[in-house]
Amino acid sequence: MRCRTCGAPAVINLRQHKLALCAEHFDAWFLEHTARALRKYRMIGPDARVLVAVSGGKDSLALWEALLRLGYHADGLHIDLGIDDGLAYSARSRMKAEAFAGQCATQFPGTRLTIVDLPRQYGESIPQLAARRHREARPCSLCGLVKRHEMNRLALELGYDVLATGHNLDDEAATLFGNVLHWETGYLARQGPVLPADDAGLARKVKPFCRLYERETAAYALLRGIDYIEEECPYAKGATSLHYKEILTQMEHDAPGTKLQFYVKFLQARAGGLFAESANAPALHPCTVCGQPTTAEGRCSFCRLWEC
Amino acid sequence: MQVSYREKQFTFDETMTVQQLLKKLKILPESVLVVRNGQLLTEDRSLAPEDSVKIVPVVSGG
Repeated sequence: MRCRTCGAPAVINLRQHKLALCAEHFDAWFLEHTARALRKYRMIGPDARVLVAVSGGKDSLALWEALLRLGYHADGLHIDLGIDDGLAYSARSRMKAEAFAGQCATQFPGTRLTIVDLPRQYGESIPQLAARRHREARPCSLCGLVKRHEMNRLALELGYDVLATGHNLDDEAATLFGNVLHWETGYLARQGPVLPADDAGLARKVKPFCRLYERETAAYALLRGIDYIEEECPYAKGATSLHYKEILTQMEHDAPGTKLQFYVKFLQARAGGLFAESANAPALHPCTVCGQPTTAEGRCSFCRLWEC
Repeated sequence: MQVSYREKQFTFDETMTVQQLLKKLKILPESVLVVRNGQLLTEDRSLAPEDSVKIVPVVSGG
């Protein structure tokens, strides 16, 4: 198989695009597709300060690097969740994020990484918190709540204009699949590449990799020599979203382009007014403890987590 | 050929393509990348018995 651009041996075949590319031209293609999504959805203004949520995995580290290469002022935020499970998962994820931040700071001076150490800052790790709340078996929703709160809090407190996450097309298609299966019209109305900032205290959130397959972000990370954590969170095993990904990947295998069509056609339908009547989000109030927006009057879900 | 995939090791003595290897292991090509000596390989590339190959899963999340 040869690179369509230069004829050199290809390193990747993108069946959904009927496109084989060598390392050099895949790199250019990947950056151009990231830039195209940023432009198409008007994700980040030219002088905006961007905070990239970096887990230590391939998507977030690749996103941070790609944004820096595209000339954005992008810093990192890592949340150490304190997940050990005998594998030191969080400790190793944090090391990957810190090591990568060091490389970025050398190549792009002024780039910095902010760390939130959950056990140190709040007194409990995710497994400890889950055990106290009797959610040991499946702490993922609780973990998601903690991460969303902390990402939003830090983006606002540190004065960033945009919070960027490494969600890729496979993530978005799996979420969409789940939302459709359960007809979550409120979620469907709000799922998209951009969540605008809200006066109530929600930071602007963007997903620049939303049209790039997970396989493409992994290939970019490998070809760029990005040292990411390959293992999954020990709690991810058996997760519903992974099951949805398997189903969609089988469909993609049988009909290349299925995931992209599923997501892009959804965005078009949503822009055309589908689910518009469900788009009104409930009113938000400031949490009486942390000040972050919450739909409930009084304390937000995050602050209630830490109550004894 | 030595093949590593998700902390498992496989050994094959015959020459085959990447596509044939993935089929033998019942792995969808859309879910992995195949690497030999740090080089990414497309499905048509041939693998020799002396090769050391790593199959990298690309699925993440939970």
